[in-house]
Amino acid sequence: MQPLRTISSRTVVLPSTNIDTDQIIPARFLRTTTRDGLGRQLFADWRYGADGSPKPEFALNLPTAAGCAILVAGRNFGCGSSREHAPWALLDYGFRAVISTEIADIFRSNSLKNGLLPVQVDEATGQWLLDHPGIALSIDLESRTLLLPDGRAVEFPLEGFARYCLLNGVDELGYLLAKEDQIAAYEQGAVQ
Amino acid sequence: MFQKIWEQHEVVPETAETPAVLYIDRHLIHEVTSPQAFTVLRERGLKLRRPDRTLATIDHSSPTRSDQIFGGVPIAIESAASQIAQLQRNCAEFGVELLDLKCDQRGIVHIIGPEFGFTQPGLTIVCGDSHTSTHGAFGALAFGIGSTEVGHVFATQCLLQRRPRTFAITVNGSLGPGVTAKDLILSIIGEIGIGGGTGYVLEYRGAVMRSLGMEERMTVCNMSIEAGARAGMIAPDETTYSYLKPRPRAPHGAAWEQALERWRRLPSDADASFDREITLDGSKLEPMITYGTNPGMVIAVSGSIPDRHNDPVFDQALAYMGLTAGAPIGGQPVSVVFIGSCTNGRLSDLRSAAQLLRGHRIARGVRALVVPGSQQVKKAAEAEGLDRIFIAAGAEWRESGCSMCIGMNGDTVASGEYSISTSNRNFEGRQGPGARTLLASPLTAAASAVRGQVTDPREFLNG
Repeated sequence: MQPLRTISSRTVVLPSTNIDTDQIIPARFLRTTTRDGLGRQLFADWRYGADGSPKPEFALNLPTAAGCAILVAGRNFGCGSSREHAPWALLDYGFRAVISTEIADIFRSNSLKNGLLPVQVDEATGQWLLDHPGIALSIDLESRTLLLPDGRAVEFPLEGFARYCLLNGVDELGYLLAKEDQIAAYEQGAVQ
Repeated sequence: MFQKIWEQHEVVPETAETPAVLYIDRHLIHEVTSPQAFTVLRERGLKLRRPDRTLATIDHSSPTRSDQIFGGVPIAIESAASQIAQLQRNCAEFGVELLDLKCDQRGIVHIIGPEFGFTQPGLTIVCGDSHTSTHGAFGALAFGIGSTEVGHVFATQCLLQRRPRTFAITVNGSLGPGVTAKDLILSIIGEIGIGGGTGYVLEYRGAVMRSLGMEERMTVCNMSIEAGARAGMIAPDETTYSYLKPRPRAPHGAAWEQALERWRRLPSDADASFDREITLDGSKLEPMITYGTNPGMVIAVSGSIPDRHNDPVFDQALAYMGLTAGAPIGGQPVSVVFIGSCTNGRLSDLRSAAQLLRGHRIARGVRALVVPGSQQVKKAAEAEGLDRIFIAAGAEWRESGCSMCIGMNGDTVASGEYSISTSNRNFEGRQGPGARTLLASPLTAAASAVRGQVTDPREFLNG
């Protein structure tokens, strides 16, 4: 995983609340055995018509969405299925951060493990961001702050270990493998 | 109870700087979320640490047509066939026990775990599937994980986890006629909302939980994730132990007695405290049905769709569903009925649907699909003649799998069609692009199949 320090980009806004992982990537695209190339199917049923042509009014299809790395969404983003294909698809499309007032547990965990930053903000900031699509934001991971165009800095919570791993490109599997002695000792004593 | 299990599984306790290293007792895998994790093992030259604690099945992509499983007819969807073949190769290479396509113990991962006795009280159980919460019905700590974490468990049998908060949901009283475990969990999700459980482990308590059988408890815990909670638990009791005792992988003889002694110490202490608590009166609950595009958009079958003025997201959901605010849901025509899934694909679910359907015909123009949750459920249902009741009523009787809950195997609902489904998610497109899903109990689904429209099952129970 590449170290992640700052993300600067304009935003794409999807105001819906409770955007579930079935919307992020529909189940029929999960019959794959790799994690590559899923960006094309990101939000497939919202993004394309039945004939496969892009729906011009959908946020990701607007010309202004090109190259945007920050997605702003309504409350409870990423709920539902545990499919890690959701962050894989968002990353493959080009997103590096998702901002919402609430982010579902499994999606958050899956995102952190792939270098997609989940940014949880307060209601007022969340609403402001939803009301201002396409604004330029800067996210600094070191200080856990979101810099708004008017100069305001908003802090966001991020678990310390996850932040450390993102900043340093540390892979959690390597960390766990290094605990081998303790795992073996636990197994010696465990009864189940 | 949660705290006891958590502390017993801490290989390294959590600190302010680092999450806990949590030991995982049982790992269930399937074809959809495991291939990328096997790839990580290969890329890094790692072994699968504990094949003896790992069990694989095929459920999401598997066909439900007998000829594609047993008759030599190729699996209709090529990508599904190749995903299944990949799991077969991976299990062979890494020494994982696989309940393969033709195995009579295959089934949906959350049905076979308990059926096998692989699921037991006090264990930590994970699977790359959000409905892993089902296994919490046994007083286990069970939760869904992503594919990267599947790889972590493969390689180390551990996960890095922060301790979640606890949320007690107490349901007093008793459920009325026609009100099932499905109606109970839909009511709970309606009450706390689909994000209401985020960050919590739910513990379901109270007289109603004690009165439920194991299969019904699994229905309740299964949908914990639909309230945002990764896990839901119910303390083990005599009902749990009598379910488990005859199971092939349950402990036997002296080991059973020792296990029982451990399990009896699991329930929360009388003075246990929770981070959040709510109490419901089970006697006031009714048969429930969803009307929108998430499981929190739920009302009584006898009720009307709410009207939320100036809520564009709500209006968008109703527009997708083609339903009108303020209208009663009863009488809404349906053209597809699905009975099955990890939520309601167990023997008791099929029995309750069959009991209602006995002597009736499914309405003209309605397609009903009955998909047992496992091959064992199928066999037991056939031994009781339930298959004949379904077929006589005009339903299709299939081989086990996730089927129309997720539509990955080609069992889908057409765009714009209304489906009454005993599954767990009514998200847009869940049962196929454009499909409109109404979630309900097997009883309500069966009653609605007979009338061809949303029907309160109590109309049948009252004669």
